[in-house]
Amino acid sequence: GFHLYHRLPRLMPESCILIAIGALVGVIIFASDHKSPPVMNTSIYFLYLLPPIILEEGYFMPTRPFFENIGSILWWSVPGALLNSFGIGLSLYGVCQIEAFGLSDLNLLQNLLFGSMISAVDPVAALVVFEEASVNEQLYMMIFGESLLNDGITVVLYNIFIAFIQMHKYEEIESIDVLAGFARFFVVGLGGVLFGVVFGFVSALMTRFTSNVSAIEPLLVFMFSYLSYLSAETLYISGILAMTACAVTMKKYVEENVSQNSYTTIKYFMKMLSSVSETLIFVFMGVSTVGKNHEWNWAFISFTLLLCLIWRTLSVFALFYITNKFRTYPFTFKDQLIISYSGLRGASSFSLAFLLPDNLFPRKKLFITATLVVIYFTVYIQGITIGPLVRYLDVKKTNKKESINEEIHVRLMDHLKAGIEDICGHWSHYQLRDKFKKFDNKYLKKILIREHQPKSRIVSLYKKMEIKLAIEMAESGVKMSKPSTTSSQSRRNQPVQRLSPADVESMRDVLAHNLYQVRQRAPTYNRHNLCTYTNEKQAQEILIRQQHSFRQSCRKGNSLPWGRQANTAEVRYLSLPQGPGQLSGRKARRVTFTGKGSAL
Amino acid sequence: LSAFSPHSPVTSEQIEHLHRRFKQLSRDQLTIRKENFDSIPDLEFNPIRGKIVHAFFDKRNLRQESDGLADEINFEDFLTIMSYFRPIEMNMDEEQLDRFRKEKLKFLFHMYDSDHDGKITLQEYRNVVEELLSGNPHLEKESARSIADGAMMEAASICVGQMGPDQVYEGITFDDFLKMWQGIDIETKMHVRFLTMETIAHCY
Repeated sequence: GFHLYHRLPRLMPESCILIAIGALVGVIIFASDHKSPPVMNTSIYFLYLLPPIILEEGYFMPTRPFFENIGSILWWSVPGALLNSFGIGLSLYGVCQIEAFGLSDLNLLQNLLFGSMISAVDPVAALVVFEEASVNEQLYMMIFGESLLNDGITVVLYNIFIAFIQMHKYEEIESIDVLAGFARFFVVGLGGVLFGVVFGFVSALMTRFTSNVSAIEPLLVFMFSYLSYLSAETLYISGILAMTACAVTMKKYVEENVSQNSYTTIKYFMKMLSSVSETLIFVFMGVSTVGKNHEWNWAFISFTLLLCLIWRTLSVFALFYITNKFRTYPFTFKDQLIISYSGLRGASSFSLAFLLPDNLFPRKKLFITATLVVIYFTVYIQGITIGPLVRYLDVKKTNKKESINEEIHVRLMDHLKAGIEDICGHWSHYQLRDKFKKFDNKYLKKILIREHQPKSRIVSLYKKMEIKLAIEMAESGVKMSKPSTTSSQSRRNQPVQRLSPADVESMRDVLAHNLYQVRQRAPTYNRHNLCTYTNEKQAQEILIRQQHSFRQSCRKGNSLPWGRQANTAEVRYLSLPQGPGQLSGRKARRVTFTGKGSAL
Repeated sequence: LSAFSPHSPVTSEQIEHLHRRFKQLSRDQLTIRKENFDSIPDLEFNPIRGKIVHAFFDKRNLRQESDGLADEINFEDFLTIMSYFRPIEMNMDEEQLDRFRKEKLKFLFHMYDSDHDGKITLQEYRNVVEELLSGNPHLEKESARSIADGAMMEAASICVGQMGPDQVYEGITFDDFLKMWQGIDIETKMHVRFLTMETIAHCY
């Protein structure tokens, strides 16, 4: 219902509703039983609920902007998470020392642990708002990258601290252990990434050979990613990062290899799984709000809330100040403000809080309550207000046009830049990317991809456009309405006008052939909206209609290839009605440009 | 250098670096010719290599009154070309920004318009697309041409809108080009970051 009613997402993020529902369910259970409702435990969360979410995030990640900004993202996420955790933890410890609050039994470690837990950011709601407002790419990427890496980092920290606590109970911790903790952090993190990449390659390799058994392709994808997660966890390295790396690596090659059906299956299934997990988590959250698991302590809770906000703002401004020195296009104050405001907490912190082992944490309930309060606050208040804030601040927007021209120009620009850099003898990450691409093309793609099809993005965009054009030609018949290339939305929403009589087998062929080659290439950021390839629907409709009209055309004895009657007052753009249809590689019909062709 | 100072503070360090590079390329001569660009190994792999080198010698880019191609360029010309790739400064005002943008776009336009007639015709556009896609051996020439055709159509629709049945679209003029680029952020894309890595420069 949430998605159907369009006004609602503008008002509040989905998480709000989910929590509300959960709370409602909790109330019902509580009222009927007077018992605390059923809750999660470690294994369910970490084994079943978390992986789908991570997988989906990694798989649908828009790789190019991510890697372009990777320096800033890494610099922001890693030290940011650390700064936040330690900052909050230490400050809370300071607060706890004050006798009046009755919190003095919370020692340093516990506070640090709490700090790391509570700094797990879950900005899904913020991302949705951003996407809707089409904010500029850099900003989007920062938050996205942060959310991706943040989960991994906080879980790692969490585990480290738990290990510490278990080790030493309440004794002193030696500095060697602290160092070991740091080392572990890096090993776990990097190890996870490497692990995931290896798994990604293996699965890509396997998909190369599955052309005859395409039904198991989705299974392969899911299995391998899950496997990477599990095996990483068994080896005590970060499963989350492993899975993310696996998904990213896999995607590039697997996408090329699998059949169209598998691809769709994978997409939808992944989205479904992650939606299910997320919903469950939020519902659990709502459910456990109502119950006896609480302990309220004004000081702790209010300070937690305050400190979360303060530390986030501090870390944002401090880190970005430094990062701006290295960026050609620094983040403005507005950007930074938005970033600090979008620190919504969500399911991760809650789960981590819930899973604290009871024996080590006599005041676990306090933590849970505090976490819940923070989550509620951030989700409801910040979640609801971030939309208006973004619009009010008028953050710089992105310009996503899906036009061939733009693609060509951007591509030209990339090459131009790389060329100029070569000439200057300068190095920058375009070179790096070029080099990676070369390496990729030479070795990796040969090994991992089935048949090397031309997957240049220009080509796929072009094919898309060709289909649109073909559809338009079939539909309009007389006049082409002006396609506004500023947004291809208008093309998709074109009402089907009257049918042109005629169409020949060849056109159907072209469409059918191309339909199975073009893949939707737009990145899908939103967890819940898959960019539906609406042209498919239109094209299928066309196919059906053409079957009808074919009979008509036979009667009319049409001989022109696209059935354009010579006498229709048709808008000819470039006197090239036959032009676009040739891309299917059929050599039979050469494009014959009329005499006016060259002068256009 | 006088061409520079009113526009931007390219630091003297950068100029020095470029000068060293220029000397390397020209083998200590005062001018560079097209052949000197062959000595850059990485440039070989660039699909639009020809156009880039050509751009250096294009008199329109060198802000000279005449047209056509220069045979050789000196350091000042070299710098002039490089100046098209400056990043924008934070303290530029609207008019400067606009001018800056136009300059960059003009540079690009010249890259497309190889016969210097002020219009990008279908043939020239096709040329560009073919070159861009030349790195991909599996793509047929015909596809490249069709793509260019499609792109031209799109351009026509942006620039001219609805056309009568007998209208013919001559080619993309600079104003049309500007229109196409409206909304796309060229300033952020078209710049070269001057991170100096001395070792790389010495590799050549």
